[in-house]
Amino acid sequence: MYGALTTIEIDNQGKQLHEEDPVKLAEFEARIERGEKIEPTDWMPYLYRRQLIRMIEQHAHSEIIGALPEGTWITRAPGFKRKLALMAKVQDEAGHAQLLYSAAETLGKTREAMISDLLTGKSKYSNVFNYPAKTWADTAVIAWLIDAGAIVNQTANAKGSYGPYSRALDRICYEESFHLKYGHDSVVHLATGTPQQREMLQAALNRWWTPIMHFHGPPDRVSKHTEVLMRWKVKMATNDHMRQTFLDMYVPKIWELGLTVPDPNLQKNVETGKWEYTEPDWDEFKRVINGDGPCNEERLAVRRYAEESGAWVRDALKVQSGEYVAPMA
Amino acid sequence: MKNDSLDPRIARTDLPDSGQPAAKTPLDQWETYEVFHQKARGAHHQHVGCVHASNPEMALLFAKEQYARRMKCVNLWVVRTSNVHATSYDDSDMFEPATDKSYREAFGYKNKHLIKKLKEERAAEGKA
Repeated sequence: MYGALTTIEIDNQGKQLHEEDPVKLAEFEARIERGEKIEPTDWMPYLYRRQLIRMIEQHAHSEIIGALPEGTWITRAPGFKRKLALMAKVQDEAGHAQLLYSAAETLGKTREAMISDLLTGKSKYSNVFNYPAKTWADTAVIAWLIDAGAIVNQTANAKGSYGPYSRALDRICYEESFHLKYGHDSVVHLATGTPQQREMLQAALNRWWTPIMHFHGPPDRVSKHTEVLMRWKVKMATNDHMRQTFLDMYVPKIWELGLTVPDPNLQKNVETGKWEYTEPDWDEFKRVINGDGPCNEERLAVRRYAEESGAWVRDALKVQSGEYVAPMA
Repeated sequence: MKNDSLDPRIARTDLPDSGQPAAKTPLDQWETYEVFHQKARGAHHQHVGCVHASNPEMALLFAKEQYARRMKCVNLWVVRTSNVHATSYDDSDMFEPATDKSYREAFGYKNKHLIKKLKEERAAEGKA
């Protein structure tokens, strides 16, 4: 589960684009233009490597942290079947994180360094997971609509130019289709249940609507980096484009169940074919991503607790003569 | 830290206070193993990704969890990444045939036209 985080941030520590070898850069761009994938040992510009590490790493962290709000409800899932399904989904999310960490490792950042950066707060993860899952209905809304948002994003990114990330996403999208069906099924059961169940579902949808609208990130500021990253097939669509795709696919399905969306301005403009909506509070988005959300502290503390409690096991199994080599692909 | 988590398991856990966690040391996550997955008897093993593990037995266990959770699988191989040797993409022109190597391929042997011609000649001579 992952959405575009923020606008593209570029540090100026490394090589600037105009300092790259023009011949190699031309070959690199021609390869992407032909629709070929870039593989880990290929030459690539600093900006490409830097941006991909950032994206894939944040995606991996989002999978790990994203398992926490749903994991909250495993002990109290309504019935054995739902408990099994939720455990399977949470296991999938952890598995996705492993696939993604490996893809990022092929670009030269170790898993140790990525986990350290998550724990110190240096690396971010998807903002939506800083909100709590207050009721069982919240888990249903997350599994359906947050995962749906993630699928829109991941299906687009799977067509990107970096081979290891594309391959990881193909596998992830295949598993997400179960998450989406499971989430929709949970929502349908609540929507067709007792008046209390419907009320609980509507309340959860109201709580999650702002995070859902935040999910694909703020409207992109179009910079020269956006243009070059789209040409290099690192960024596959603008944040607004992803949000439109999501609304197009899922608002009708929400309405079909007789649920309301807490935005009186939400409607599809028949002339432009675009959805119109009230801009969600982007100041809240920035505040939460910078640490001031309802669950930021708890999420990182739980992650750190798991790291520190498991350290002795990892240490006991450590092979001192071992040799770390980045994964092949 | 003060903790009023909605998750009862977390609410009763003594979570670490905020502050800088200890930096992770090299090999804390062990080395990596490349994983090869066989869908059915008779199929080739196919590379599907990697796992981090401290020994081959653990690598096989993690490979099963990671890559054989859903898809059909009858056999797995794991190989230490450091034991894999590969060619370089920079040298991939070595796979381009330098000269005509059609003699290595079945399609390099076309002779139907000769047989056809022979049959026609024999028919003309009234031998068919």
